[in-house]
Amino acid sequence: MAKRAAPEVNAGSMADIAFLLLIFFLVTTTIEKDKGLLRSLPPIDDTEYEPPIIKQKNLFTVLINRNNQLLVEDELMELEDLRQATIDFLDNGGDTNPAGQPCDYCQGKGLDTSSDHPEKAIISMKHNRETSYEKYMDVQNELVAAYNFLREREAARLYKQYYPNADKVFTAMLEEKEKNQFSKDEVLNERIETIKKLFPMKLSEAEPDKS
Amino acid sequence: MSKFRKKDKGGLPAISTASLPDIVFMLLFFFMVATVMRDSSLMIENQLPSADQVEKLKKDRTVFIYGGKPSSQYSQFGSEPRIQFNDAFIGVNDVKPSVLQAISELNEELQSMVVIGLKVDKDTNAGLVSDIKQELRKANALKIMYIANVKTEQ
Repeated sequence: MAKRAAPEVNAGSMADIAFLLLIFFLVTTTIEKDKGLLRSLPPIDDTEYEPPIIKQKNLFTVLINRNNQLLVEDELMELEDLRQATIDFLDNGGDTNPAGQPCDYCQGKGLDTSSDHPEKAIISMKHNRETSYEKYMDVQNELVAAYNFLREREAARLYKQYYPNADKVFTAMLEEKEKNQFSKDEVLNERIETIKKLFPMKLSEAEPDKS
Repeated sequence: MSKFRKKDKGGLPAISTASLPDIVFMLLFFFMVATVMRDSSLMIENQLPSADQVEKLKKDRTVFIYGGKPSSQYSQFGSEPRIQFNDAFIGVNDVKPSVLQAISELNEELQSMVVIGLKVDKDTNAGLVSDIKQELRKANALKIMYIANVKTEQ
């Protein structure tokens, strides 16, 4: 028998097959990138203790009713005004913190009727069961935005020299932390904690009434 | 003169397409690796609300809970908003055991850092969300994230 060389397989259609697969995966792929608002819930605490007395002026009440209307500090308010109102409240700095120091970084008006110090200022939010989730999220977003605005401002004041090109210094710091998550940068972590401590997020949510 | 006349070869030489499959395969593998197949099909309408103060979610330590009205092909479950976990509707009382079950299936070192992702339809009433939150507090899963679409700032 004559030994014949095996005929070469034509690979010309290989690209077509690969393209077919590629297009299939392209179409079915959804690169999901979930983002959202991170929030910590209070743990259930059964121990009985006297709740601390909070002065009315340190409390910023936000109520949402079943018709999605906002009642902020007993006044009807539009959603667009909520962010500025919250900033004004947190940044007021009318008095001292629990340790007795005045708020030397606050730029608010220092009114007697508004919060003493960012460390004392508490936002209390309550909604009705019938409130729509969309409105609820809008309000949450505005409240977080107020905190972020103030934190950005303080970060720019304290650490701008380390991030001269950054538009938002606090965001840049958090991004850097995210990037170096496997090599802990103590200095950076400390700076972030400092900023967070200047405006600690104190957002309390009351349970809606059972109706 | 004829010494310098260009040789008439006729057109460009054909480009070799031999490496084309390799390139395409490379792309193919990329998409195969990057693809996440949905592990649970949604039985509810899920139009997320939008927000602009968002943070990224770490996927490896997340348990998702869905909420919303049953979508049209599941209309036999009524039109009231329901909670979906994995592939089934669950009641409010089942949230705690389901979440605890899901957490125990996670990687051990991630169990303490678990984040509950709440994907809730924007037309749902917020009472359902606070019911879920109550149950999560009982399950001691305290970190939650309201998943939202990113609103572009004007």
